[in-house]
Amino acid sequence: MEKDVLKKIEVLTASAKYDISCASSGTTRKSQPGKLGSTSGWGICHSFTEDGRCVSLLKIMLTNYCIFDCAYCINRKSNDIPRTALTPQELIDLTMEFYRRNYIEGLFISSGIMRNPDYTMERMLKVVKDLRTVHRFNGYIHMKSIPGASRELVQEAGLYADRLSVNIEIPTEQNLKLLAPDKSYESIYRPMGYIQQGVLESAEERRKYRSAPRFAPAGQSTQMIVGATSENDQTILGLSAALYQRQGMKRVYYSGYIPINNDRRLPVVKEAPLVRENRLYQADWLMRFYQFGVNEIVDEQHPNLDLDIDPKLSWALRHPEAFPVDVNTADYAQILRIPGIGVKSAQLIVASRKYSRLTAQSLAKIGVVMKRAQYFITCHELPMYTIHEATPGYLRELLSEKRTDALPQQLYFPFSQSVVV
Amino acid sequence: MNVFFYDKSFEGLLSAVFDAYARKKFPDLLLEKGDVPPLLVEYSHEVVTCPEKTERVWSGLRKKLPKLVLTQLTYAWLSETAGSDEVIFRYIRKAFDKPHCIATDFNDEDVLSLKKLTQKVSKEVQYLAMFIRFQRMADGIYFAPVAPVYNVLPLATGHLVDRFSDQRWIVYDEGRKYGYYYNQKTVMEMALDDESSLQNGRLREDLMAGDEKLFQDLWKRYFKTLTIKERMNRKLQRQHMPQRYWKYITEKQ
Repeated sequence: MEKDVLKKIEVLTASAKYDISCASSGTTRKSQPGKLGSTSGWGICHSFTEDGRCVSLLKIMLTNYCIFDCAYCINRKSNDIPRTALTPQELIDLTMEFYRRNYIEGLFISSGIMRNPDYTMERMLKVVKDLRTVHRFNGYIHMKSIPGASRELVQEAGLYADRLSVNIEIPTEQNLKLLAPDKSYESIYRPMGYIQQGVLESAEERRKYRSAPRFAPAGQSTQMIVGATSENDQTILGLSAALYQRQGMKRVYYSGYIPINNDRRLPVVKEAPLVRENRLYQADWLMRFYQFGVNEIVDEQHPNLDLDIDPKLSWALRHPEAFPVDVNTADYAQILRIPGIGVKSAQLIVASRKYSRLTAQSLAKIGVVMKRAQYFITCHELPMYTIHEATPGYLRELLSEKRTDALPQQLYFPFSQSVVV
Repeated sequence: MNVFFYDKSFEGLLSAVFDAYARKKFPDLLLEKGDVPPLLVEYSHEVVTCPEKTERVWSGLRKKLPKLVLTQLTYAWLSETAGSDEVIFRYIRKAFDKPHCIATDFNDEDVLSLKKLTQKVSKEVQYLAMFIRFQRMADGIYFAPVAPVYNVLPLATGHLVDRFSDQRWIVYDEGRKYGYYYNQKTVMEMALDDESSLQNGRLREDLMAGDEKLFQDLWKRYFKTLTIKERMNRKLQRQHMPQRYWKYITEKQ
């Protein structure tokens, strides 16, 4: 391997790092004779960067040359940055050698767009195919599907990759058109549809023949940039909820907008909207693991998530009539809605209450955050000071996370005044 | 106070359970043979570890408890923390005495402690899967020194065999001075006669394969570039990746 790969890896990693997804989860595959590697269902993180993000895959671009000019992207063609490309063999060697040293779970391959979407897809596909067939690599592969790629290529990719993804980037088409004139919702949703169809067809086939090939067994994911455009949280979460209805959509990632480029179409921000991003993830979790509907989290009266308190507490304070919940009799779904009780403690409560009555003390031992939960539960002990006595307004004051920055976040930036060229 | 002395092995502990039921005397304190007993001892008994007793207790447990809990008992044993044997003893006793299966009665102190002990140990196993870093030696063997808090090397080899089935490797516990060698067929226990081949958690440079340094540099460079400066959060990094592992993690060396 040449020494100049050091330089290339630096340039191409810098180009790829803004893609949030680095999960290696969603599929379990045991080792096979003569092949290298395995995948584990929950995914394994191998390292954590100084910004606290998990490093699970070798996340890198095949090239950062790009013919598109998207305002939010570091690799847009009008940017003056060093450009380079890895040869397929170099990327394969890096993946194999890193994997053998237990640095990574696999490869996350992405690319700038060369010539046209299909040409780019073919180049990426070659790497992935060689890894699987020539080098007998059995680890995890996440492949980016290029917007506008053709059906045949997406279908072939699904046979080799564990996960495919197409990024939506901007939650409304109108704003996408504004920031990324080369993209359209059609060019994004069409490959998504191909993936979805592939997953469905393969599931159908496998019902008939156990040996039928699996298509992208870890499903697909997508990413949205938050705070670069004027969409409120209701629009964003509404879109996520719709996406999760689709077959095989495993994750929607939210990426707080970081000003990389100077562009008149983009807002000026002091810092990335990290708190808002965090709240969106919490809301996402509520939809996926806590049996919340999107309309319960945000609605017309509350189109944006509360930045001071988490969305679950926020729902509880808006619905005092649902509390207090008796932990000894209420069903699982109700217990899940108590602030301070997560999925794990809810399961422990349901499992252990059939043996003996749970008390406030035993709840604390199990791992319930009583600081929050005490106002929302009853366990047939002494009368407790619940949300009805304390009032939602007071609880909001009491339980909100004290943030050090007094300045308004980017959330409230007046978009209507921004200049549109 | 009832005191039992045993040889601090898992088999010994199970034999102690057998003896306790045979004598209808249950220990308040479990000590290793040779330990100094407390001042006031009402009844003291020295357990002789015996395979038949062990087997009978274990097969009794198999009838009483789901498989997962049996694994939990061995995990809790491997935690090697003070008092973990007493938790296991009390757990087994409850499992035998209660008419129903106690596996999910987390309101019970011992059931909850066993769960927590197991969690700690399996977290450590996970850490191994995450943070082991192999270095390629000149003879083609991949070598990884580690120093886990609990004695979890035997629990981690399964994952490593599955994953790196087509390469020869060694994981070595620097604290406990033993390791496992895998020769592409079987795993065997080994120990290093001479630890001078290790320096600060890494292989001496003259023992490394020719391109090992290059790949380490490539990985370090990759890791460094991946950070987004605008999102710096070192506290979160330390939370996910405990500092005690940094000595062995290539990119943090």
